[in-house]
Amino acid sequence: MDIFLQQLINGLVLGSIYALVALGYTMVYGILELINFAHGEITMIGAMVSLAVINLLIGSTLDLPGVMIVFMGVLTAIPACMALGFVIERVAYRPLRHAPRLAPLITAIGVSIVLQNAAMLIWGRQYISFPPIIPIQRYEVLGATISNLQIFIFIFSALLMAGLIMLVHKTRLGRAMRATAQSPQAASLMGVNVNNIIAITFILGSALAAIAGVMVGAYYGLAHYYMGFLLGLKAFCAAVLGGIGNIAGAMLGGLLLGVIESLGAGYIGDLTGGFLGSHYQDVFAFLVLILVLVFRPSGLLGERVVERA
Amino acid sequence: MKYSRLAQNLIPLLCLAMVACGKQDNTSTATNPGTAATAQAGEEVVKIGAAAPLTGPQSHLGKDNENGTKMAIDEANAKGITIGGKKIRFELISEDDQADPRMGTMVAQKFVDQQVKGVIGHLNSGTTIPSSKIYSDAGIVQISPSATNVTYTAQGFKTAFRVMANDAQQGKVLGYYATHQMGGKKIAIIDDRSAYGQGLADEFKKAVLNGGAQIVAHEFTTDKATDFMAILTKIKSVKPDILFYGGMDAQGGPMMKQVRGLGLTAKFLTGDGGSTPEFIKLAAGDAEGAYSSLPGLPLEKMPGGKEFGTRFTAKYGQIQLYAPYCYDAVNVMIAAMQQADSVEPAKYLPKLAGIVHDGVTAKISFDGKGDLKDGMITLYQVKNGKWEVLETLEAK
Repeated sequence: MDIFLQQLINGLVLGSIYALVALGYTMVYGILELINFAHGEITMIGAMVSLAVINLLIGSTLDLPGVMIVFMGVLTAIPACMALGFVIERVAYRPLRHAPRLAPLITAIGVSIVLQNAAMLIWGRQYISFPPIIPIQRYEVLGATISNLQIFIFIFSALLMAGLIMLVHKTRLGRAMRATAQSPQAASLMGVNVNNIIAITFILGSALAAIAGVMVGAYYGLAHYYMGFLLGLKAFCAAVLGGIGNIAGAMLGGLLLGVIESLGAGYIGDLTGGFLGSHYQDVFAFLVLILVLVFRPSGLLGERVVERA
Repeated sequence: MKYSRLAQNLIPLLCLAMVACGKQDNTSTATNPGTAATAQAGEEVVKIGAAAPLTGPQSHLGKDNENGTKMAIDEANAKGITIGGKKIRFELISEDDQADPRMGTMVAQKFVDQQVKGVIGHLNSGTTIPSSKIYSDAGIVQISPSATNVTYTAQGFKTAFRVMANDAQQGKVLGYYATHQMGGKKIAIIDDRSAYGQGLADEFKKAVLNGGAQIVAHEFTTDKATDFMAILTKIKSVKPDILFYGGMDAQGGPMMKQVRGLGLTAKFLTGDGGSTPEFIKLAAGDAEGAYSSLPGLPLEKMPGGKEFGTRFTAKYGQIQLYAPYCYDAVNVMIAAMQQADSVEPAKYLPKLAGIVHDGVTAKISFDGKGDLKDGMITLYQVKNGKWEVLETLEAK
């Protein structure tokens, strides 16, 4: 039981990170019906920028407490990723908004490759370790171990998601976003600046990605230039699982995918009598994607909250 | 309607994404622009191929290999070597095999087409083994600085050599050390399912069982993974006293961190792939007390080893892992060419098979299969954030 509980905890923490990244996919898809494949790379850039700042601050003479340093790292990574998201939308997607659907997808993959290689040139090819500046405390709960970092990741993600839902459903901006998702033409006739709304969507998604990037970096203690690729693909699977375009679906899909992966990797060896081992951990996300596309293409939460005319 | 359209679009799209990610690192780097073929009169350019992963999680090791190889070649060129009455200038052709067996064979074919006279590589067993057939068919001498899987030299290829003890030797020593010196009774194993990791783990397992200890778990990961929480959780439940990892530092370091993060107190033991400063860096404060093994004597104990270390560090920075072995591999190849007075693989191959060469990692001579004779294995432990030598055992 304690193993099961531990795997569940591992899965929920991993899943909350997937969910944060999946939100970026789903928000953009909800509005533009575009799959922003560069989104995973934005997460990577977030991790890298925060790491650079953190290392700079550690090396400096300022004697700041660890939490402060990480906080500064996050505070730099967020605007950096926001700017990046804005630029990507402006340069790679806006000129192609009325092009055939496949064209912006291809530029998305192109942007993703450009970002990866840029990161490789700037930060090098090797794994960069995240300095252990936050003291880790571990708590025993019913035989399972949980760290303060895990608790923080889970709760902070939940708060961010709650905040996003509030934003979309309770504010003027959120209403404009929903209107744009329903029909950009009608929204612009009602005085919504569609271009701005789309830019803001990218910026919001990128901010969440930046936070997710720092979390991944701190959780695993490392960052590298292609970390965003697999993370992005998995988050995309999570978004499809929950129903792409649906914000609550992305959260549900992310958490579910994390738990499926964690339990799957933990038990696959026993269940298949050793035929398939735990190194098939990464397969689960894509298995889920295929099953969802075959049996329930609209995802778990069915209809999108906002239907386009 | 909308969703079936989504589904229709997604599948080719994912394929496209896969292709894109497979291709993105596909940049072969022909380094050494300074020595681009500008042959002067009476000078013969001899191409030497070097293959290692220059992108991806093991790129720091690949770069290290390239540097070690480059240093030996630059030194030979500076010295001015004459073979067969001609002044020889060696040219390094460095290729990225991405630690991927498929890329490895493509790189090998490229070397064959470019008519290299010898190959230093590959870094990983997984790439070395399939490419060795290509080199053997083309009659090109291959010296791997670091492929330790037993199969490499057991295929009967006359062209295959290595300057490092193999996994059977290393696994045996590791297993012996775990059950005797470390007093392990319940041992858990993780390997990365690569030719190297799996091979070493299997040899280790045999030696552990011979030593009378029990294998309580054997779990798997991949050479690109970063999340080991699920398997470590499972391993924690069987309470091992030693955890062995067969794989490279890029996984070993983060794994070590997660081991301690889960409150798993087992001693951590890994092979040569984890015996790097990078391992300590990636474990970020949790590496203390970890054990590793590395074939060969400690560098400072070898004649010329310390001096090599100083020269290398001055030029390229800290040695990661296999640079000294690459340096030896090049030098032993050049020594064989000099003895044979020919750069043709067919001519210098017999001389290489019978060579005795004082390298910086070992006194190098090969047995009938191309394996290093009388390999020594040194055990290390992380103390105060550095790998410290524990003891050197003879690999038998």
